[in-house]
Amino acid sequence: MATRGVLLCSRVLKWRLFVQKAHCTFLSTRIDQQQKPSYSADDKPLFPGSRSKYTEKLEFIQPTSYEGIPVYRVLDRKGNIIDPNHDPKLSKEAILKMYKDMTLLNTMDRILYESQRQGRISFYMTNYGEEGTQIGSAAGLNPNDLILGQYREAGILLYRGFPIESFMNQCYGNCMDIGKGRQMPVHYGSAEHRFVTISSPLATQMPQASGAAYAYKRAENGLCVVCYFGEGAASEGDAHAAFNFAAVLDCPVIFFCRNNGYAISTPTQDQYRGDGIAIRGPSYGIDTIRVDGNDVFAVYNATKAARQICISQCKPILIEAMTYRIGHHSTSDDSSAYRSIDEVNYWDKENHPISRLRSYMIIQKLWSEDDEKTWMKESRKKILEAFGKAEKQKKPKPTELFYDVYKEMPKHLEKQMNEMKRHATEYKDVYQLNNYEQF
Amino acid sequence: MALRLTRRLLTVQGRRPPAVVRSPGLPRRSSTFTYVPDTAPAQLGTAKRMNLCQALTSAMDISLEKDPTAVVFGEDVAFGGVFRCTVGLKDKYGKDRVFNTPLCEQGIVGFAIGMAMAGATPIAEIQFADYIFPAFDQIVNEAAKYRYRAGNLFDSGGLTIRAPCGAVGHGALYHSQSPEAYFAHTPGLKVVIPRGPFQAKGLLLSCIRDENPCIFFEPKILYRSAVEEVPTGDYTIPLSEAEVVVEGSDATLVGWGTQLHVLRDVVNMAQEKLQVSCELIDLRTILPWDVDLVAKSVTKTGRLLIAHEAPLTGGFAAEIASTIQTECFLNLEAPIQRVCGYDTPFPHILEPFYMPDKWRCFEAVKKLVNY
Repeated sequence: MATRGVLLCSRVLKWRLFVQKAHCTFLSTRIDQQQKPSYSADDKPLFPGSRSKYTEKLEFIQPTSYEGIPVYRVLDRKGNIIDPNHDPKLSKEAILKMYKDMTLLNTMDRILYESQRQGRISFYMTNYGEEGTQIGSAAGLNPNDLILGQYREAGILLYRGFPIESFMNQCYGNCMDIGKGRQMPVHYGSAEHRFVTISSPLATQMPQASGAAYAYKRAENGLCVVCYFGEGAASEGDAHAAFNFAAVLDCPVIFFCRNNGYAISTPTQDQYRGDGIAIRGPSYGIDTIRVDGNDVFAVYNATKAARQICISQCKPILIEAMTYRIGHHSTSDDSSAYRSIDEVNYWDKENHPISRLRSYMIIQKLWSEDDEKTWMKESRKKILEAFGKAEKQKKPKPTELFYDVYKEMPKHLEKQMNEMKRHATEYKDVYQLNNYEQF
Repeated sequence: MALRLTRRLLTVQGRRPPAVVRSPGLPRRSSTFTYVPDTAPAQLGTAKRMNLCQALTSAMDISLEKDPTAVVFGEDVAFGGVFRCTVGLKDKYGKDRVFNTPLCEQGIVGFAIGMAMAGATPIAEIQFADYIFPAFDQIVNEAAKYRYRAGNLFDSGGLTIRAPCGAVGHGALYHSQSPEAYFAHTPGLKVVIPRGPFQAKGLLLSCIRDENPCIFFEPKILYRSAVEEVPTGDYTIPLSEAEVVVEGSDATLVGWGTQLHVLRDVVNMAQEKLQVSCELIDLRTILPWDVDLVAKSVTKTGRLLIAHEAPLTGGFAAEIASTIQTECFLNLEAPIQRVCGYDTPFPHILEPFYMPDKWRCFEAVKKLVNY
């Protein structure tokens, strides 16, 4: 390789090709040795950087000349299985669990959104319209697969058995919160349920998911890592880093994109010019599928299949679940400022993941109107009970402010903590210390 | 490699080679300090002459040997690294444990954080501290806050980031920076800077084993020039403990990394020319730093000089000066002196004027004693 390099360089110099020039130039006619063009059918480029054939046609690839990647579905909008070969044939228990978890999530969202409006909690984000992506994918995974989410994946935690009280405690930031009241509402985390604590910066979890998957591969634990992110977050540099690292280093990670049409007020046409997120997968060397995110069976099938490839072939997969964000971005957003009520109503009425599954269940005689009435009452009662409990709890003791910065508390923090304790005790009425657990 | 060949060929043609910025081993200007080797304590066992690179390789070798979840990665580490700090490790431990990553610092650190959170011990290399900034979000918003925000359910304590830092004589803006101050401002991180091979091996092993995310900056000018006897076995040097390197009574000099050796020359100059006895302290850990040891020294001497290559404004000397002023106000005989890089980007040809060299530091000592 060194000889070839020297030969190449000296020949280049002989032909007055200046390596420092940024532009390629054609070989000058002051070539001492005329090179006769030689080609044959086996003449292949030897560049280390790509695998391709030669072409003598000057053609640009036009992205719009390719059809978009198709959307995989199983159920039609009325709840009928289209191709029976793709019916996942889940048990009645499994299907009822999916339905009940989607509706429970929906009910919890309504109550907690209201509670923010009433000033009981500071902030909330609903999952309206995306219950199918969350529950469908959760059902397709092993309960020990590690989840790194963005912020609209509460349904996965719910599916895995995170108690309703725990959701509430986190939103209230009370002394029962396993997160110790450190973060804003909906920044859930649970080691027991293998759900890594949510952080606000977008897409930061993505390269972390690649790394965690690499560690899992080395540990040979038969598990994969699943990373959820929105189509907006996919514009971040961290997304590019994540895909590239996962592909190059053979990481068993499923990248699950929730393409819900909006990043706060930014619609997808202001977010990207290409064919969504799915088209990016192949460019990194990643097996990819696009799926109807509002079809819980399609999401289930795709996730289950993705997991199988991921684990058995030890490589990343990209799933782009197409869906629609029916709710506002958060309680700090009013989406009527940037989209029409008609648009939202279409998705709510005509293409909702919960309605489609319910239609299927009714057709299959797994569910009735009476069941629906009973369950709605029961689920609402369950949520309100947990809500009442969470509201009554005290806040954590104020010294919690100083713990977990490091594993052990360093001297300077101990000093600051004692200062704060003295100050807060002296001004205990101002700081309403009786609302907090005692020091 | 093509670039190296081109340089050689262009030289042959009688033209000066262009500055090849990423090539280590170019002749540098003569050091403006004398490196005085440390002595390794005898109880640490057999020692061998090692330079800083070799001491670091030894630390990583021991980690990879004893911790099966330890891995080393970054740009170009597989063949041994651009500064030869990872030579032989891939052959010994395999390419799944010592590997190259794509050229992406935010990816390197994000990937490392994920590995740490999943229970492994990642040792991530950033090729030059000047290039750590794409990873700033991951370091500050994620690694540093992982445990706190999760209520201790998750953490990134297994993470160690290594990066060469500091002036090298010709590095200019992007191969000379000392970015410790940016990270010192982030609770949750540990920031460590060794002054030589013996210190570096022990401190790096401590960082790797510490259950908090650590950033380990390595003064690159010392990689080859700092040579001393380094124990071949496993030993650690505690973090957050500063060290009195030279005892003295009239003034306290505080520095870290390369600057320690500059200040050692200043100690000698002050003794010879001013009959002033200086106490020299190596801070070693920038965050959390050893306030008590520095305060104890300044209580004794009444005079403090802090020197670092990083720019003056907002540099770490400001934090030390402010804290010591609070702790030792009544003991101070003179205002605290800071001798630092000027508030400019790191220059190329004018580096000798920018640096906090021994003559600038000596002048500051004069100011301290003549106040």
